[in-house]
Amino acid sequence: MDILRLATAGSVDDGKSTLIGRLLYDSKSIFEDQLEAVERTSRDRGEDYTNLALLTDGLRAEREQGITIDVAYRYFATPRRKFIIADTPGHIQYTRNMVTGASTADLAIVLIDARKGILEQSRRHAFLTTLLRVPHLVLAVNKMDLVDYDEATFERIKDEFTSFAAKLSVGDLTFIPISALHGDNVVERSANMAWYDGPSLLHHLENVHIASDRNLIDVRFPVQYVIRPHKSTDPELHDYRGYAGQVAGGVLKPGDEVMHLPSGLTTRIKRIDTADGPVDEAFPPMSVTLLLEDDIDISRGDMICRPHNRPQVTQDVDAMVCWMSDERPLVPRGKLVIKHTTRTARVMVKELQYRLDVNTLHRHEDAERLDLNEIGRVRLRVTQPLFADDYSRNRATGGFILIDEATNATVGAGMIMENR
Amino acid sequence: MQRSTADTRDYRTSQLGVLESESIHIIREVAAEFERPVLLFSGGKDSIVMLRLAEKAFWPAPVPFPVMHVDTGHNFPEVIEYRDRRVAELGVRLVVASVQESIDKGRVVEETGRRASRNRLQTTTLLDAIEEHRFDAAFGGARRDEEKARAKERVVSFRDDFGQWDPKNQRPELWNLYNTRIRQGEHVRVFPLSNWTELDIWDYLRLEGLEIPSIYFAHTRTVFERDGMLLADSPYSNRGDDEPAFEAMVRYRTVGDMSCTGAVESTATGLDEVIAEIAATRITERGQTRADDRTSEAAMEDRKREGYF
Repeated sequence: MDILRLATAGSVDDGKSTLIGRLLYDSKSIFEDQLEAVERTSRDRGEDYTNLALLTDGLRAEREQGITIDVAYRYFATPRRKFIIADTPGHIQYTRNMVTGASTADLAIVLIDARKGILEQSRRHAFLTTLLRVPHLVLAVNKMDLVDYDEATFERIKDEFTSFAAKLSVGDLTFIPISALHGDNVVERSANMAWYDGPSLLHHLENVHIASDRNLIDVRFPVQYVIRPHKSTDPELHDYRGYAGQVAGGVLKPGDEVMHLPSGLTTRIKRIDTADGPVDEAFPPMSVTLLLEDDIDISRGDMICRPHNRPQVTQDVDAMVCWMSDERPLVPRGKLVIKHTTRTARVMVKELQYRLDVNTLHRHEDAERLDLNEIGRVRLRVTQPLFADDYSRNRATGGFILIDEATNATVGAGMIMENR
Repeated sequence: MQRSTADTRDYRTSQLGVLESESIHIIREVAAEFERPVLLFSGGKDSIVMLRLAEKAFWPAPVPFPVMHVDTGHNFPEVIEYRDRRVAELGVRLVVASVQESIDKGRVVEETGRRASRNRLQTTTLLDAIEEHRFDAAFGGARRDEEKARAKERVVSFRDDFGQWDPKNQRPELWNLYNTRIRQGEHVRVFPLSNWTELDIWDYLRLEGLEIPSIYFAHTRTVFERDGMLLADSPYSNRGDDEPAFEAMVRYRTVGDMSCTGAVESTATGLDEVIAEIAATRITERGQTRADDRTSEAAMEDRKREGYF
């Protein structure tokens, strides 16, 4: 059994919470005490049905205001898979939450209200999932019950979105007509839409192929921690020097020739350790410890790769940045801290090339700043070289966060675009 | 864990393998970036798994930070016995922060009445200990599937000078990049088990062959019923005359204070039987066994804001 991480986007009105409630309820992941609490609250509010949306309302502040203010994580499992849902709100002011949720997602569900069709925000959600390189996108056309389960409505939305998606680099796109409220095509195929011959949403989530979404070609091992037991009583442990980290790309095997960055020195992998014993190979997302044949000075923040397949070693970084601070804007000459893989450095914004309008995809080249929830292309100068790949090739070595040195707040998320 | 079960032909890793790798990454990241981390250890199943993951993260070197138990004085003796044994086995340093001492020093006042519990008092003891030992990161075993306020918690979660959590003002957390920067006096709580579910924990305990305190298995105990829960008849539970005690075959699903942790009726004496029962249960662990979460719909949210685990 494996894990599928999914992100959902849609506004309160699109029935996103109802859909998640429905997935949890129909997959029997809702417990009786949770359901009773929801039924009680529904009754107290005078609602004549069990409002499944209440299942995902978390904080008191949200219940009082009837909104979702942050990313919430939900869990459910079927015999085939475990699912982690990053539940993100869809209002424009919450782009930052959606970007956060999408950053780790294997699949994103964008909800469309069948009565309203593709809205500005649907395009925005779809764009953000492609910017974050979520490999699979599902367009769930919801509230089909309110358009009499009409095939033509579904087809019209599908056509409109398909022509819009042609402008984006959408990996794998699936359209599913549903009614979250009544459960049509959520878990079971709906008898109300005999014209639809695709899978139910859950069936799709259970079967979509994600194993090859990882980069298994470019060996990337950011060194996270150096393990030195320093045990003088045990000669073998006395000389033990292991480089611990999580594999960010490729497949490593004992005997492989590897290169250390920044030194450029090459050596071979002697052994790949885990606490359960050595392993024959390591690949994403395994956390392992590498032992090397030669004694090289290696520390946290360094990178191990293959001699003929290296990341870019650069202090000049071109990237798309989503700005996440309402306290200060991103401006040219601004100084920040960057965290990229296991490396932290200082960075200066050399240039803001353009601000991207996430609704129209228009590039505003006269932009002088990025405010909260705005996205733009920037050039950064880093105080130390980064070992970076294009984000579209590897999310783990292409993504970074920006931190405000004064407040320590996380103020931006960036995706590296290779200099071309 | 036996990785040979992984189907390496298409480089698959099992669900528990993925969770384990993610948790180890988090633990190493925090050990690398903070000066004085500490691991909060209650002797409950989640902290047992967390400690095991910490052991694995640095193997063959020892765990590079101490373990802290916030001791309410109302613990199950079986759990304290387990705690001491496990800590000795690993050779880690144990810090005990005592709620009784906080009471004696006048830092907190004991609750009164039948439902009095030291649950809420722990927050002060915990925050005082973090300050006293100048810990800058505290690993906790909380999981997001446990409770709705926890579903919104970050993996590395910022706490201000007062140890408070501000749910509306959390740092965005992207990819596997954690912002570990804080100022003096502030700290973070780190939740390496964020993405684990209750069943994952049990499956992992079984896979790893980890020992757990005996109260997790069915045993005969003198209990009484309160608010639909079976509480142990102990000096800390203030059993009233209208709450008759009786003997029952029970096990615990969570480990907390004797005063507010409910038992479930069960005959499951082995791990496989316990897991089968939990997989089939239709009630959440906190709903079934924690009186502290039943006070109000936002009980956990409120306690977390104050600095609770």
